[in-house]
Amino acid sequence: MAERLKLREPFADPAHQAAADRMGMFVFLGTEVMLFGGILAVALADRIRHPEAMIAASSRLDLWLGGINTAVLLTSSLAMAIAVAAMHQDRPRVALGALSATVALGLAFLGLKALEYGQDYADGLMPALAPPAEPTDPAQALFLNLYLAATALHAVHLTIGIGLVLWLASRIARRPEEQAMTTELTGLYWHFVDIVWVFLYPVLYLVR
Amino acid sequence: MTDIQAGLPASGIVPETAEERVSYLRAGHSLRSWLLTTDHKRIAILYLIAITAFFFIGGAAAALIRLDLLTPQGDLLSNEGYNRAFTIHGVIMVWFFLIPSIPTTFGNFLIPLMIGARDLAFPRLNLLSWYIYVLGGLVTIYVLVTGGVDTGWTFYTPLSSMFANGHVVAAAAAVFIVGFSSILTGLNFIVTVHTLRAPGMGWGRLPLFVWSHYATSLVLVLATPVLAVTLALMAAERLFGIGIFDPALGGDPLLYQHLFWFYSHPAVYIMILPAMGVVSELVAAAAHKPVFGYWFVAFSSLAIAVIGFLVWGHHMFVAGQSMYASAVFSFLSIAVAVPSAIKVYNWTATLYKGHISLEPPFLFAMSFIGLFVIGGLTGLMLALLAVDVHVHDTTFVIAHFHYIMVGGTVSAFFGALHYWWPKFTGRTYSRIWGRLSAIFIFLGFNLTFFPQFLLGYLGMPRRYHVYDPAFQVLHVLSTAGASLLGVAYVLPFAYLLYSLRHGAPAGPNPWPATGLEWTVPSPPPKHNFDRIPVVTEAPYAYPVERRGDDG
Amino acid sequence: MNGFIPLWPDAASAHAGQVDQLVIAFTVLMVALTAPVFVLIVVFAVRYRRGKAANRTHRVNRSVWLETSWAAIPFLLTLFFFVWAAWLYFDLHRPPADAMEIDVVAKRWMWKFQHPEGQREIDDLHVPAGRPVKLTMTSEDVIHSLFVPALRVKQDVLPGRYTTLWFDADRPGSYPLECTQFCGTDHSLMHGRLVVMAGQDYARWLAGTQGGDTLAAEGRALFRSLGCSGCHGPGATVHAPKLEGLYGRPVPLQDGSTVTADEQYIRDSILEPNSRIAAGYPPIMPTFRNLVDEGEVQQLVAYIKSLATQPAEPTP
Repeated sequence: MAERLKLREPFADPAHQAAADRMGMFVFLGTEVMLFGGILAVALADRIRHPEAMIAASSRLDLWLGGINTAVLLTSSLAMAIAVAAMHQDRPRVALGALSATVALGLAFLGLKALEYGQDYADGLMPALAPPAEPTDPAQALFLNLYLAATALHAVHLTIGIGLVLWLASRIARRPEEQAMTTELTGLYWHFVDIVWVFLYPVLYLVR
Repeated sequence: MTDIQAGLPASGIVPETAEERVSYLRAGHSLRSWLLTTDHKRIAILYLIAITAFFFIGGAAAALIRLDLLTPQGDLLSNEGYNRAFTIHGVIMVWFFLIPSIPTTFGNFLIPLMIGARDLAFPRLNLLSWYIYVLGGLVTIYVLVTGGVDTGWTFYTPLSSMFANGHVVAAAAAVFIVGFSSILTGLNFIVTVHTLRAPGMGWGRLPLFVWSHYATSLVLVLATPVLAVTLALMAAERLFGIGIFDPALGGDPLLYQHLFWFYSHPAVYIMILPAMGVVSELVAAAAHKPVFGYWFVAFSSLAIAVIGFLVWGHHMFVAGQSMYASAVFSFLSIAVAVPSAIKVYNWTATLYKGHISLEPPFLFAMSFIGLFVIGGLTGLMLALLAVDVHVHDTTFVIAHFHYIMVGGTVSAFFGALHYWWPKFTGRTYSRIWGRLSAIFIFLGFNLTFFPQFLLGYLGMPRRYHVYDPAFQVLHVLSTAGASLLGVAYVLPFAYLLYSLRHGAPAGPNPWPATGLEWTVPSPPPKHNFDRIPVVTEAPYAYPVERRGDDG
Repeated sequence: MNGFIPLWPDAASAHAGQVDQLVIAFTVLMVALTAPVFVLIVVFAVRYRRGKAANRTHRVNRSVWLETSWAAIPFLLTLFFFVWAAWLYFDLHRPPADAMEIDVVAKRWMWKFQHPEGQREIDDLHVPAGRPVKLTMTSEDVIHSLFVPALRVKQDVLPGRYTTLWFDADRPGSYPLECTQFCGTDHSLMHGRLVVMAGQDYARWLAGTQGGDTLAAEGRALFRSLGCSGCHGPGATVHAPKLEGLYGRPVPLQDGSTVTADEQYIRDSILEPNSRIAAGYPPIMPTFRNLVDEGEVQQLVAYIKSLATQPAEPTP
């Protein structure tokens, strides 16, 4: 497929630049793996230290809401993949449609997450923000706080992703012939955010 | 020498002005042309200015520390004041000087030149990384002027998360921010080395400077994010009490130490690997001879980077970690010294049957080798479990890491400055002053830090400013050394700046040395090469005999 | 300390002497491995000075066997020291069973010591010479670290956990004792002295200091006053583990694992009773976190340890 991108210094050849851009994004995603790896390491350490408390706390989370969110995010990745393919086939209008779906699904995820946070807050499942009515086992509180920190970090990344997709869409609308590579790179980031959730969901919700 | 004539034409995307073709320094004189540049050479200069500023701020903190330690009662600074002084000294020197120092100045400037490229792979990302650095720096200055922070640069919990007063969250934020600068720099280097090498520049022809920066970049991109998440969790603990590190809430203070050192140990390799790369270049140029054992030196850089990720527990031998884990970390810490030893022996062997020059850069290289060896050996001593139990958290450790980071990295930084200054600026400087400053730095440094080995073994704890009066003589010697060292560091500042106006113009290759950076004018034109070179020779292709040697 | 400028610390125990031997021997090895580097750099810089006539023919730029030797040989030699140092270190983690036990609580910015006979000390610690002493330590706030340079021993002191340190000081004298984990404002002032006394002097000191009850006796008083015997005592109606014969025995937990009832377990059971529940018991024990401080916890632990010799309750 022809690389549709805007050639920039120091590259003289579009294929060359595309290879470098792809590698750059993969290296960046590698750093994000290490970022989330840190939080997962904390979760693992706590799982080993307080197994029953972790299981007890995890079972208080809303498994189904989390599951629906997983489906929403996976579908958004599908939409993103369609957008990338469309741009490579020089079909910007299809791409814009797919990107709108991506954004909509991403926002749906954030909306459901906000709903879930509200529910958690009301149920006293956010000890860091609101001490619960009856005293919780400290280890359970730890799990719930970790859940909040991890999903919040993920949500921040997702929000950034939504921003990127909107920015990408505006560029496609203005100058579609040069955005195939940008779309592909944005797609890689989006898929990564999805994959992070695919790890977080079982670790946080399915430990029972 | 490389065959430049047959090379591919330059990309010609951006038409060059006459000024740009002459020198990158002349390609625009406005502030805007500097602050919005994407030229890796100008970005290197921007970094050079910024890190020099922080070097002096961190150095001022060090001066306060050493002055306070002149007397055993700690009467210059209050207890709180002393704690803030050593904390800001550590935070600034580690994250705003040492980690960026060589990669962002010399790495940025030289890597494209050394591999035959016109710029890094992502020039705008390069500029962004400088702005992120500046932002982190501004937050640090905010912390400094609003009273500082008193946790030590290590931010151990629960002290930092629950007890410390001072701007802990702001300091953590500053470090978090500047971490992104590191990550982007490392990312840029990795992709550049993979994709922008000139035709014929295979991995086996890369200068060792590039190999060591490549290894450094692997550490930068993989380790720094762990620091980011660790500091974020520590700040969240402080702000919201989430309980990850607080035992009363089910957490574990040791978990913080594991996470922190998982980054911070590889971080010290971020600080030393580029310096080793510089020294490889300097030794080859000093001896006018290829570096002995090229592949062993190249792979040693990678080995240090990899094994460096596996030794973090040696900071925790007395922290309450299992003794079996400690034994494993001790063993690996000894193993990580092996590639460094290989480099030192190889550099020495390079000098054998060479044509050795004692110009200023090469004196700095010798200084590096001497001081790094002492630092490295004392590191091995610290890796020995029963010894570390005694000297952990004493000034012995302080002396060890200053030998490596200051005796090592800073010497290499000055060596690089003196070696590539003609290339950066097109000027030469006074060789006499250059040699003098190398000698003063070597002597001042030893006088400052050798007594701290003795003090540490005697039992002087680190981060103490009240001490047994019997220790005073050693402290006075150390402060005297620090004064000499301070003067010695200001000297190059003076004569190098002087050379900008009054130094004789430098030719393209004053030393002379091999390497593509020496085939372009001094200073280089904005787009580096008129034609992308085609590389046909091995690296360090020095002839055996030189004209001018009798016999 | 010796002479005008002290260069070497006192050695107040056999372990200290051994660490010194190791350090000196290792230094010798290191000098042997690196002096050639310094010497050769100077020699080469002189003999092969640029512009000077010298035989530079037949130079070699690589040698795999040379590289392997100068990598492997120093490594293997250093491993010998690794083993020696590890052996000494492991020894530090195995206190003798008959060691005299002293409890330590660190708090910002002082050291509190409790002798088994009941003496309490702040910042200074008196111990008998020639007897192993084991310190069981915890912190009330941040991480501290107990360091006695003359003994070459050090151990971090953590909140929420017990860490231990043991030594056998054989030279009477007064030695510095420091905190070496930065703990805040007055970290530099958190030091004291370890006073090692010959047997009779120590006995006299013990008798002379106001002792009060032994640690275990104080613990028994607390046990009653806090109402512990209400559930754990002989007439209790509540199903709670009996504590006689508990210390040192394995305890099966609710999740299927087994732990040894050591000081840490007893402490956790008092302060975080739901963290490791014994199998077969309901999780109804309240926490005493806000009712006792670390020093009182150590007294309760001492009391429960004193029950160890009584017959154990059969497992349900």
